[in-house]
Amino acid sequence: MKNFGKYILFLVSLLERREKLKTYINLTINESIKIGYDSLFIVSIVSIFMGAVTTIQTAFNLVGPLIPNYVISLVVRDMTLLELSPTIIAIVFAGKVGSNIAGELGTMRITEQIDALEVMGINSSSYLVLPKIIAALLMFPILVIISATLAIFGGYTAGVLTDVITGQEYIYGLRYEFNPFNIPFAMVKSYVFAFIVASISSFQGYYTSGGALEVGKSSTNAVTNSCIAILVADYVLAQILL
Amino acid sequence: MIEIENISKSFQDKKVLHSISGKFEKGKTNLIIGASGTGKSVLLKCLVGLLNPDKGSVLFDGRPFTESDKSTTTQIRREIGMLFQGSALFDSKNVEENIKFPLDMLTELTENEKIEKVNHCLNLVGLDKINFKMPSELSGGMKKRVGIARAIVNDSKYLFCDEPNSGLDPLTAIKIDDLILELTQKLDTTTIVVTHDMNSVIEIGEYIMFLHNGKKIWEGNNKEILKTKIKELNDFVFSNKLMKKIR
Ligand SMILES: Nc1ncnc2c1ncn2[C@@H]1O[C@H](COP(=O)(O)OP(=O)(O)OP(=O)(O)O)[C@@H](O)[C@H]1O
Ligand SMILES: [Mg+2]
Repeated sequence: MKNFGKYILFLVSLLERREKLKTYINLTINESIKIGYDSLFIVSIVSIFMGAVTTIQTAFNLVGPLIPNYVISLVVRDMTLLELSPTIIAIVFAGKVGSNIAGELGTMRITEQIDALEVMGINSSSYLVLPKIIAALLMFPILVIISATLAIFGGYTAGVLTDVITGQEYIYGLRYEFNPFNIPFAMVKSYVFAFIVASISSFQGYYTSGGALEVGKSSTNAVTNSCIAILVADYVLAQILL
Repeated sequence: MIEIENISKSFQDKKVLHSISGKFEKGKTNLIIGASGTGKSVLLKCLVGLLNPDKGSVLFDGRPFTESDKSTTTQIRREIGMLFQGSALFDSKNVEENIKFPLDMLTELTENEKIEKVNHCLNLVGLDKINFKMPSELSGGMKKRVGIARAIVNDSKYLFCDEPNSGLDPLTAIKIDDLILELTQKLDTTTIVVTHDMNSVIEIGEYIMFLHNGKKIWEGNNKEILKTKIKELNDFVFSNKLMKKIR
């Protein structure tokens, strides 16, 4: 509870005593490249397999003359959009980007680089953390869109290759009774998860004290706490919005 | 000139600094010395505002440095340069970007003017043509020099150094000391150096404040320090054999 209060104060401090706008724009672009581009590979792999596995498993569970085949791709579509792409990718994101952020800030803390910024009269938390949060908010929804697309594509490939569903059925299922609200829902989730991962990881890293051992601990805590927060937020959002 | 009055600081229930007062003059190298764990770094951090003292005040040329007056505080911060114990270079930036950083953040100079200043400072600390090296490619002594260059690049009026020559060989240590002395005289800064190196004390101690268990128990210069009768200070000064022989 005390930590939660400290976390809120930390978020408030991001908005105080800011530097020139140009500085932030440059930093945000750099961070976006780091956060977005560098996660692309792992996100793609995870997504393609996620779609493939969902297709095969749904097909396996749904065998029966009464259920048409296109239900498979319908299930894949809804599961990816509603749950798998935003949530699983958020957890991957926490593991890749969150641990990186916490490690970087933690190292800067213990090697006095953060103190060096403060002595120069720079608001170190806003200088270091704000661009990371904005970059995460910009890049993560894009990653989720890419992920959903690749997952559906992965499902198609796996389904057709293993003969559980034909290409036509798959596409028919994708279009069948599509609820357009699922897309804004997935986007809201993405924004919330991106904020959670970037802010919690920054918080953990920024308040590291001690040595290299503690930097490692901060990284681990960043991932663990982000994952828990993601799952709680996932549940809360589902309750509120569905 | 920096004046401190009755600075006290505790962590939880542990009192680290007991009502310390003193005057650090301009154009002089002022040293804060004492054994390990007596609160030297804490005092320095109180001076530059990284820690808030519980009591007491810090005056930079008569201007109080407190969080209540934000604009003066920001102004003073921009006049402060600090060399950290571990150099604290930004490891994602190369040497040039590191030194240029305060200029980027705090001034409106053009890119050319900035580079010119960076090169001038690199020259002052005796390092030329390493602009594009990364901090990880530098030796400890070079990092300290780059740290000093970064501390003085924005025409700092106040220069703080936390153990500038710890972990360096004696020769490089002396070079760093001489550099600090030279820069202080050339740029007319108010320089405060935290150290427990007796060599530095003798070499550059124009004003020395001796801390013991968080209290100031002696002040003076590098000539007076050898004649003192205070037991704690004697133990500190003549702790190594060489110094005993010199005596
Ligand atoms: N953030 C902190 N929280 C709690 N105690 C602290 C903190 N910083 C310093 N101390 C305590 O204050 C005392 C003085 O520490 P300080 O770092 O000033 O010593 P020092 O004189 O610089 O020693 P050294 O020469 O080894 O660097 C130590 O006992 C230390 O445990
Ligand atoms: Mg110290």
